[in-house]
Amino acid sequence: MDEVKITVRDFDFYYGTNKVLHAISLDIPKNRVTALIGPSGCGKSTFLRSINRMNDIIPGIRVDGKILVDDVDVYGSGIDVVSLRRRVGMVFQKSNPFPKSIYENVAYGLRINGLRDKRKLDEAVSRSLDRAALLDEVKDRLNASALALSGGQQQRLCIARALAVDPDVLLMDEPASALDPIATQKIEELVFDLKKNYTIVIVTHNMQQAARVSDRTAFFMLGKLVEYDDTRTIFMNPSVKLTEDYITGRFG
Amino acid sequence: MRKFKSNLIVALCGASVLLALVPLAMILFYVISRGFSALNWAFFTQTPKPVGEAGGGMGNAIVGTLILIVIAGVIAIPVGVLSGVHLAEFKGTRFSSMVRFAADVLNGVPSIVIGIFAYAIIVLPLKRFSAIAGGFALAIIVIPVVARTTEELLRLVPGGLKEAALALGATRAKAMFSVILPAALPGILTGILVALARVAGETAPLLFTAFNNRFFSTNVTQPIGSLTVQVFTYALSPYDDWIRQAWAGALVLVTMILILSIIARVATRRLERMARG
Amino acid sequence: MLRHFDREIDQLKELLLRMGALVEDQINESIRALLDRDSAIAQKVIDSDTAVDQMELDIDQHTIELIATMQPAAVDLRFVAAAMKITPELERIADLAVDVCERAMELNAEPPLKPLLDIPRLARMAQDMVRQALDAFVRRDTALARQVIDRDDQVDLLTEQSFRELLTYMLEDSRNISRAIRLTFVNKYFERMADGATNICEMVVYLAEGKVIKHSGHHDAE
Repeated sequence: MDEVKITVRDFDFYYGTNKVLHAISLDIPKNRVTALIGPSGCGKSTFLRSINRMNDIIPGIRVDGKILVDDVDVYGSGIDVVSLRRRVGMVFQKSNPFPKSIYENVAYGLRINGLRDKRKLDEAVSRSLDRAALLDEVKDRLNASALALSGGQQQRLCIARALAVDPDVLLMDEPASALDPIATQKIEELVFDLKKNYTIVIVTHNMQQAARVSDRTAFFMLGKLVEYDDTRTIFMNPSVKLTEDYITGRFG
Repeated sequence: MRKFKSNLIVALCGASVLLALVPLAMILFYVISRGFSALNWAFFTQTPKPVGEAGGGMGNAIVGTLILIVIAGVIAIPVGVLSGVHLAEFKGTRFSSMVRFAADVLNGVPSIVIGIFAYAIIVLPLKRFSAIAGGFALAIIVIPVVARTTEELLRLVPGGLKEAALALGATRAKAMFSVILPAALPGILTGILVALARVAGETAPLLFTAFNNRFFSTNVTQPIGSLTVQVFTYALSPYDDWIRQAWAGALVLVTMILILSIIARVATRRLERMARG
Repeated sequence: MLRHFDREIDQLKELLLRMGALVEDQINESIRALLDRDSAIAQKVIDSDTAVDQMELDIDQHTIELIATMQPAAVDLRFVAAAMKITPELERIADLAVDVCERAMELNAEPPLKPLLDIPRLARMAQDMVRQALDAFVRRDTALARQVIDRDDQVDLLTEQSFRELLTYMLEDSRNISRAIRLTFVNKYFERMADGATNICEMVVYLAEGKVIKHSGHHDAE
């Protein structure tokens, strides 16, 4: 087993009195891609957003159990949510670049961190764009508006923006679901490359995508973790009948 | 038959539009035709002449109106925008729904009442009319408009931007002021300019706050002339020359408001284009 | 753009080539065991067969994983399908080499029936065809594949000729029968190796052009 980056133990999640995650326990390996799959409303996105506490903005939520990133409980007392989110970056389903220049988008996380040094910012911006496989396409127009980029480019810009603050973990919430097949493939290749340096957790509705990019796959249903195993095992010989029904499309 | 009905309704709509446009066209026609003849260089540079003397102008009132607008803006923009930010950010709380209701009520309060209010809390304690009091009264009219415009426009900013900022480690305040507010800025700016243009045409709240001043003054603690009050005074006078000047004043006022509105549009479009690239 | 999938495909190709090289080796050694009447070599070939079998299992595993995780399409799909059909072909060829060695060990226990002439030619031809089939696969060279397929006719002729010669030995003297029958078997084994090479070449054409030329009677050569 690879080194564990995120440990989840008996994690429950409530919206008000509605329990949407039931006793989730799993270990997410370091520098691997872990895919979360399952039908809509199965809780996979809620779980993903629990890791960097993005759910905190929703009023009336409550959690139980533990999520440890590098052995530190993210819901523990004395945890600084802001610094947690700098270590655990996130990319969303809908690309959401700020209405600023390409440069300012990528530099944003560093600027709010207090980095002022122009040279360091320049370096970080081009390094992040390069890692997100976007540098070649935009290096001549860093001051152009980010909104002028294509959908696929915008999503890679959002990835670059998340990478700029140098997180260890990258959470991706259906990052390619709004993109065409070519742009999707670029994102998938990117995910595959990024796992050398980052621990990636990706939510996807697209099972083939999970099969292609991930090393481990977790299948969620009705707020429960049904099966969690090597992606190859899940897709070739899952041990739970429900998983098999889902991935073979016999769901009903 | 159905076609006939449809045509009838289209025709009715067209007629209504015409009906609405006629007064506007007539106002513009009257103001321009009557006002233009009284316009000359002296009108812009000179102050009013004593009764009986011909000539003079409204230079002091033009500057006065500008000063009043600036004072109103300086007070109302920060207060209005920050209130709007609060309303948008804490939209579900009881406090914010109270504030929202209060703003809507304030928006409907007759401007003369606001004038009395400013008179009571500024003019009476200081024992004199002043530009500050006038600007304050105008600001009170502007604040609810700016606050509600800001709130609505902030709500139109896609939630994804806030999430993205928070996910990058921004605090709520940082996300608001570095991402969400700038994204809504073009619209907010329009709202501010339109609101200021509206109060530039207010007379009632100025009557017993800024009062009037026949002389050229930039001292904000002194009474100050304004185009609206000057036009009001002159239009009611029995002197032909003053009445002609009142028309000219009206023309200048309408032009100023028009220019402000145009600036609002152009600036908005330019800002939006800058954001979109 | 280099796809991560391409790396997986390359790995699979690499595995197939290693298996191919091992099988070629097995053929070569089986020929030596037969011609040099060397039972030690024959035994070595028989022992190495498990390595070939293991490679077949590895490749199967790899191809199934590729299908499960990558959902190959078009040329990628044809490649994976070709790999799945080529592997058992290679495994069968290796088994035939083992059969040759088993017959060789039996023959070595008795004096030679006759100087071998046609069988070595046939063996070299079969060996050559297997090597060329693998080359054609690696380079997706359909011209070479079609050449190999065409040579199968010569192999058939040579097999027939060799069989008739062995038949005369059997008719001549009944004590020759057991050795002649063993040689007939060997004869047939090499012919089947050549058939295997032909099948591989048909997969190469399918892989490169998407055309099925199997069972079509003509090879559709330009």
